[in-house]
Amino acid sequence: MAQDVRDDIRSFIAAKFPGMSFTDDEDIFALGFVNSLFAMELVMFIEKTFGTKIPNEELRLENFRTVVLMAELVQRRAEAAESGAVT
Amino acid sequence: MTAGTRAAIPDLATIARFVDEEVAPYADEWERTEKIPAEVQGRLGELGLWGPFLPAESGGTGMDMVTLGRIHEEIGRGCSSVRSLLTVHTMVTATVQRWGSAEQGERWLPALAAGGTLGAFCLTEPEFSGSDATVAGTTAVAESDGWVLNGAKKWITGGQRAGVLLVFAETESGMSAFLVPADHPGVRVSPVSRVLGTAASMLAAIEFDHVRLGPDALVGPPGWAAGTVMTGALDLGRYSVASGSVGIIRAALDASAAYTSQRRAGGGLLRDQPQIRAKISEMVTARNAARLLCAEAGRLKDAGDPATIMATWVAKYFASTAAARAASDAVQIHGANGCGPDYPVARLYRDAKVMEIIEGSTQIQELTIADEAYREVAR
Repeated sequence: MAQDVRDDIRSFIAAKFPGMSFTDDEDIFALGFVNSLFAMELVMFIEKTFGTKIPNEELRLENFRTVVLMAELVQRRAEAAESGAVT
Repeated sequence: MTAGTRAAIPDLATIARFVDEEVAPYADEWERTEKIPAEVQGRLGELGLWGPFLPAESGGTGMDMVTLGRIHEEIGRGCSSVRSLLTVHTMVTATVQRWGSAEQGERWLPALAAGGTLGAFCLTEPEFSGSDATVAGTTAVAESDGWVLNGAKKWITGGQRAGVLLVFAETESGMSAFLVPADHPGVRVSPVSRVLGTAASMLAAIEFDHVRLGPDALVGPPGWAAGTVMTGALDLGRYSVASGSVGIIRAALDASAAYTSQRRAGGGLLRDQPQIRAKISEMVTARNAARLLCAEAGRLKDAGDPATIMATWVAKYFASTAAARAASDAVQIHGANGCGPDYPVARLYRDAKVMEIIEGSTQIQELTIADEAYREVAR
């Protein structure tokens, strides 16, 4: 699952910023092409694609810096849903 | 309706009748007096229009965004100032719903849904434009028992009557959003009058002088994520303004068709002149195209699709510029009558110009939409 999630996230970012090259563990914010508009799109993409709602406490820059970190966020949300912590 | 009770589901025919009978006939008077009567605020509450997208338990009806857009179009057809109040109120209400804590929701949402408490969106400052979204002027300093807010905001729609202010301020961790009761000690509200358009939207300048807030005033995450809170609210505001702009086009078309059907010149009715028919045709096409763009943006919102962000930019860009053209043409069609107070088109013209500035100016939209176009080409 983790690899599929990373693929989906990477594809979304790459489609938004063609010509930019980045690895899954590279800080996309440090590359300088992320603005608040894209951040909003990113949050909506993750919520829609992976059927989750990102709570306030998870909406931190640290969770969105890299593809790997975003995939881990998705994983945590899935585990929380399975455990019944979220509906 | 009282706070916490479920509103009836509003239907478009009822809203249209309300606009025809209780809004449009009075819009010029409200513009002159620079105020929307409190009774109208109450009527909007009775019709369930302040927060219909909220779930039933919060006083809404769970309305979809496409329908919400059509309602804001309908209200915008009658009076852009009323629609502006709905716009900012919607931005605040949706922010509390999406990002607010359970306690904030319980405290504010029922009153916001009923319209007993109006919300105002406080981003733009006297020295910092809303387009920049830099909030360096207003600060919120964390203290042991909460926050201390200092600064000033300007051009705040509905600020003269709002009960709760959604204020963006700079904190140690970056920009953050706060819910501030308008009657809180240290909050000073001053009317902004003699504005070009939407003159009845009760604009205000608001100063915050050592306003002490509890820790529960912070809404949504602080710092970086507050940009998402702001972007989400502005996206919804942009959608409402786009929909309201469709309403302006409709009003310009209705007025122009009626006027040219009875006004004679050169031995015949104005409606028979090819130049008039061209302008009428352009208005019809603009109305239909803008409405379709709004519907697409609304459909994507309902689907939770991130493409709605750009679709809304495009809808607002098209609808607001088309509204300005339609209103300008309507004034031209009316001739000298279009410049006076006896026909609604001068007000439409003033209001339409404002649509090209608020919730993302035409120039900001051109930068953003063109950026997307270049990305599409590069794929």
